[in-house]
Amino acid sequence: MSRALVVARRELMAAFDSPAAWLVLALVPALTAVLFFVLGGFFAAGAASLRDWFAAVPLLLVPVAPALTMRLWAEEFRSGTEELLFTYPLRTSELVLGKFLGALGLLAIALFFTLGAPLTVAALGPLDWGPVIGGYLGSLLLGAACLAVGAFFSSCTRNQIVAWLLGAVALLVFNLLAVAATSAAMPEWLGGILWRLDFGQRFAGIARGVVAVDDVLFYLLMTFLFLAWNGLRLEARRWP
Amino acid sequence: MSSSDPLVRAEGLSKSYGPVRALAEASFTIPAGQVVGLLGPNGAGKTTAMKILTGYLAADAGRAWVAGHEVAAEPLAAKRCLGYLPENNPLYLEMRVADFLAFAHAARGLPRSRRRRDIDRVVVRTGLEPVFRRPLGECSKGYRQRAGLAQALLHDPPLLVLDEPTNGLDPNQVVEMRRLIRELGETKTVILTSHVLPEVEQLAGRVILIHRGRIVADGPLEGLRGGLGDRLIVRVAVRGPSGRLRRLLAAAGARAVRERPRPFGDPGLAAAEAELDGGAEALEALAAAAAAAGLPLVELAPQGHDLESTFRRLTAGEEAAA
Repeated sequence: MSRALVVARRELMAAFDSPAAWLVLALVPALTAVLFFVLGGFFAAGAASLRDWFAAVPLLLVPVAPALTMRLWAEEFRSGTEELLFTYPLRTSELVLGKFLGALGLLAIALFFTLGAPLTVAALGPLDWGPVIGGYLGSLLLGAACLAVGAFFSSCTRNQIVAWLLGAVALLVFNLLAVAATSAAMPEWLGGILWRLDFGQRFAGIARGVVAVDDVLFYLLMTFLFLAWNGLRLEARRWP
Repeated sequence: MSSSDPLVRAEGLSKSYGPVRALAEASFTIPAGQVVGLLGPNGAGKTTAMKILTGYLAADAGRAWVAGHEVAAEPLAAKRCLGYLPENNPLYLEMRVADFLAFAHAARGLPRSRRRRDIDRVVVRTGLEPVFRRPLGECSKGYRQRAGLAQALLHDPPLLVLDEPTNGLDPNQVVEMRRLIRELGETKTVILTSHVLPEVEQLAGRVILIHRGRIVADGPLEGLRGGLGDRLIVRVAVRGPSGRLRRLLAAAGARAVRERPRPFGDPGLAAAEAELDGGAEALEALAAAAAAAGLPLVELAPQGHDLESTFRRLTAGEEAAA
């Protein structure tokens, strides 16, 4: 674990040398504030609640999560530095986990900078902090799953733009599964599965302040699965 | 691992990239303390062999051991015993030299209490002091190469694997890097790959020649040179048609005749390279035969008993057999 943290620390340092990370750190709080306070009709609603703010998180993560992960592996492959990493006495699992934790740290920082929203709402009226804390925990869980998806696609290419595109499309699909599930042409059994796999639908409860155990387990499972595929993908590179 | 065991052992290593056979049943052992040059033309399989030894690539067949640890079965233990400078020296260019070495130290799992001492040691050893606080991307190629070497030395490994360590350096940097490698070779086992023959001649006491994925020769430098006897590689150019030059060389008993570009681009000249037995007497006889045949000699240059001759003879033999 300690060596995974070494990799995570390097990843976090490297991220701050790339414009993408700074852009995300600046855009996430700004965009969410504009969406919530200006376009979202917060003031017209007259209620001190962040439900609408959290409801936007799944779609916000579609472009943001791959932006945070696109360089993780693609840049290593492009520059050849993965040869250094893979000849150090590090397990593939430590590398995968380290890279993922670095990206998760960056997302946590981005989410930290959005705390201005609940603080503003709290200043305007009585805010129930329980759902807000639950919402932030849920955002981190959903974010972890999205980052794992993005990290996997970064391990599939040496081009960061391609990695971002693949990740964003995959996350968009994961957010549209509920729409597909409710279409008339969809068989009921398949619709049920797709509904349960939808990232956004799972988050609806969290946005309302209800953090259900099965939602938590779902996001943890998706995170684990995509990180495991990431590791398998890297191992496969040793057998060109 | 007992003291009599070799530091590096490879048994029947094979690797293919799709239909291309990069390494074919390569076997060798390297005892501790040797500086070994893995020599071959580009694409011969040298880098593939290094990547398998360092655990970066998996072999299709065969096994490799480093310091008694089988690379495939105990990769972490094997990797702890070697330092690796990959071809083209990939580095995190956005990092400062100091941060990069600190990261490499931590990634190797070395104790934090030793970090300062270990980094100071390799920085002094590789002469990185002037750029220690500078981002790698702002360092000259020579300093970057030293940083690549420094990260390979942090854990003071018994084995150093250097893949084309002077590639892309300017002449002064090449001299400096070779001096460093020579110094390191006094206390460590070094495997270096190169397609530059004089480099291997200067640095290595033993050479493994590799061609088309196969080891075609393996031995001490003197032994390889001696294997040629009085056979010479000779360059010949005459004023006349190339057909007559070929007949002249055939009559002189020359083998492995290859045409060369015409000297000075003169269309009236013909040039070739060939193997000739018999030393100086054979050269005299060839000069006399050219004069008798009315073919004025423009060039008659023996290439000597150097490693290049050996290498070309051995690889030419392989090509003929292929």
